[in-house]
Amino acid sequence: MAQNTATPLVEMRNISISFGGIKAVDHVSVDLHPGEVVGLLGHNGAGKSTLIKCLSGAYHADQGEIFINGEKVDIRSPIDARSHNIETIYQTLALADNLDAASNLFLGRELVTRSGFVDDARMEAETRKIMHRLNPNFQKFNVPVSALSGGQRQSVAIARAVYFNAKILIMDEPTAALGPQETEMVAELIQELKKEGLGIFLIDHDIHSVMKLCDRASVMKNGQLIGTVDVKKVTDEDILGMIILGKPPAQAA
Amino acid sequence: MTDTTRPTADATEAQPSLLSRFLRDTEIDTRLLGMAGALVLIWVGFHFYGAIFKGFGAFLTPRNLWNLSVQTSSIGIMATGMVLVIISRNIDLSVGSLLGVCAVMMGMVQVYWLPQLVGLGNPMIWVITGIIGMVMGAFIGAFQGWLIAYREIPSFIVTLGGLLVWRGCAFLMNRGETISPLDENFTLIGGGPYGAIGATGSWIVGLLGCAFILWGLWNGRKQRIAFHFPLRPVWAEMFLAVLGCGLVIGAVLLVNSYEWPIGIVRQYAAAKGLTTDPANLHISYGFAIPVLILVVVAILMNILMTRTRFGRYVFAIGGNPEAAALSGIKTKWMTVKIFALMGFLTGLSAIVASARLNSATNALGELDELFVIAAAVIGGTSLAGGIGTIFGAILGALVMQSLQTGMVLIGVDAAMQKVVVGAVLVLAVWLDILYRRKTK
Repeated sequence: MAQNTATPLVEMRNISISFGGIKAVDHVSVDLHPGEVVGLLGHNGAGKSTLIKCLSGAYHADQGEIFINGEKVDIRSPIDARSHNIETIYQTLALADNLDAASNLFLGRELVTRSGFVDDARMEAETRKIMHRLNPNFQKFNVPVSALSGGQRQSVAIARAVYFNAKILIMDEPTAALGPQETEMVAELIQELKKEGLGIFLIDHDIHSVMKLCDRASVMKNGQLIGTVDVKKVTDEDILGMIILGKPPAQAA
Repeated sequence: MTDTTRPTADATEAQPSLLSRFLRDTEIDTRLLGMAGALVLIWVGFHFYGAIFKGFGAFLTPRNLWNLSVQTSSIGIMATGMVLVIISRNIDLSVGSLLGVCAVMMGMVQVYWLPQLVGLGNPMIWVITGIIGMVMGAFIGAFQGWLIAYREIPSFIVTLGGLLVWRGCAFLMNRGETISPLDENFTLIGGGPYGAIGATGSWIVGLLGCAFILWGLWNGRKQRIAFHFPLRPVWAEMFLAVLGCGLVIGAVLLVNSYEWPIGIVRQYAAAKGLTTDPANLHISYGFAIPVLILVVVAILMNILMTRTRFGRYVFAIGGNPEAAALSGIKTKWMTVKIFALMGFLTGLSAIVASARLNSATNALGELDELFVIAAAVIGGTSLAGGIGTIFGAILGALVMQSLQTGMVLIGVDAAMQKVVVGAVLVLAVWLDILYRRKTK
């Protein structure tokens, strides 16, 4: 792809992290370009989520470097990650069930009035705006998110990432808990965000959705990177072989 | 299903019952309403029980209600802090002992040390003493919070240890002796005839309260208009204004109708050199100072919980600690702050409690932790975390205190009182669980 010659939006180089002697991620390098969706595939425990948490600031890598737009950065906390316009949609959605949509959307980044109090009215108004764009049917603004359906909760989590002008979006199994219609909604949204020039890391179990949504796919097994392939140049079987057998791809991407 | 649309939008829907429409339009919290109802029931019940079986209904008298308000203050102040502790999925069993140790420290400061430094009766004594007590409480609270957050010892254990440690320290500090009497200015904070603000002062406070309520309603409406949110119907706004101001003015009338006993009036008249016959002097108590402290604490704590980032984070930590951390909230530091605040309020409560008794003993505040936790829980704070209100906790404290006072008034013996209070606690939580299941 032509864009691959330019400076990547994100480059994670030789990332390693271990927990109690077990190497969860072992010298893995991945990169991501603007307007690109890179899938991260692998079995449970392959290290996908751990790798990505080093980028989102939940973990700090033991070794390795992260470059954003070619500049080396040190991400030690979720706040650091956000300051680089990295937003994450976690598999668990990371919503506080007892709070309403607006409070969740702005959690940690509340809008405040001039006197320093949280500006609930303005936050609700902003939430109504963004939700209207993402999920026009969404109406439950004044109830705790525990009262929402899986899809509605998902759209709150997505809204949180999109609202703050993410440049780099990490989605950890965004469709795992969704029905077919809602999955379709997420797929459309990914296409739209891609057009806007965001780079997206998509962690997923489902090979078919990766083949459909992603430009490239990086496959991990036992903490190591098996390889990165251009999804248009490989078949389902090739990727399955990488996931299950750890067989390196026939062609380099 | 929870109704999110408001009156204007659902005119075409099936008409709900009059009561539910009323509740929806006024946006009154049904849970709080239920608690207020229970409270009224307790009050009326004790009053008429006394009237019928004892020949005198002592409960609904200005004197009893005034005393009730003073007795609720100490527990109420601590309960507002306990709400935060419990919302953030912790518990604090040490507040009673912490109150004791702060009280003994303040007793020693104001009776043994400060008079020697600044002279007996110096008006700065109560200020310095109070600050020392609150700072001490905050530091001990912060230390316990640090053990919980950064050393990852469960709060139950840390504060159970604290329960023993601080009670022991309170004894050791003054070899178990009672310190009394305390500084004269200091004791005013505990209430009593001189520790109340009188009729005029109470009217001023009451009118300020009304102005505050009206301003709040007006401002809320203005905000909603600015953001095109659904409005309450005008009649509902009016109703809330009348209800709020009515309660405030009712409270003023009540505390003003409780007058100084003749002995105190004679003492006062003699001291002031008044020539009027003391029998013709009618001097009202008015709001007691500890009650005003509780009201101010409640308002500030409510603002903290509903209008600041700090409060939002407390709820978020209780709802989902992991999500809170991933949102960049420093959850450990928050825990330290929450416990420091709890300690600060315990110190404040120690001022009120020791001032009221005009003495500081190492036994002060014994079993208070249980009443404080019970008040918070009866007031709707969920032990699973994430849910709770400040005003609920104060209503809870009032319910607990009303039960105790009521039983004393109708002559229930001490052992039976414990049985009833314990049973009510369990019953209240069970009812709450039923209520939540139904509204979910």
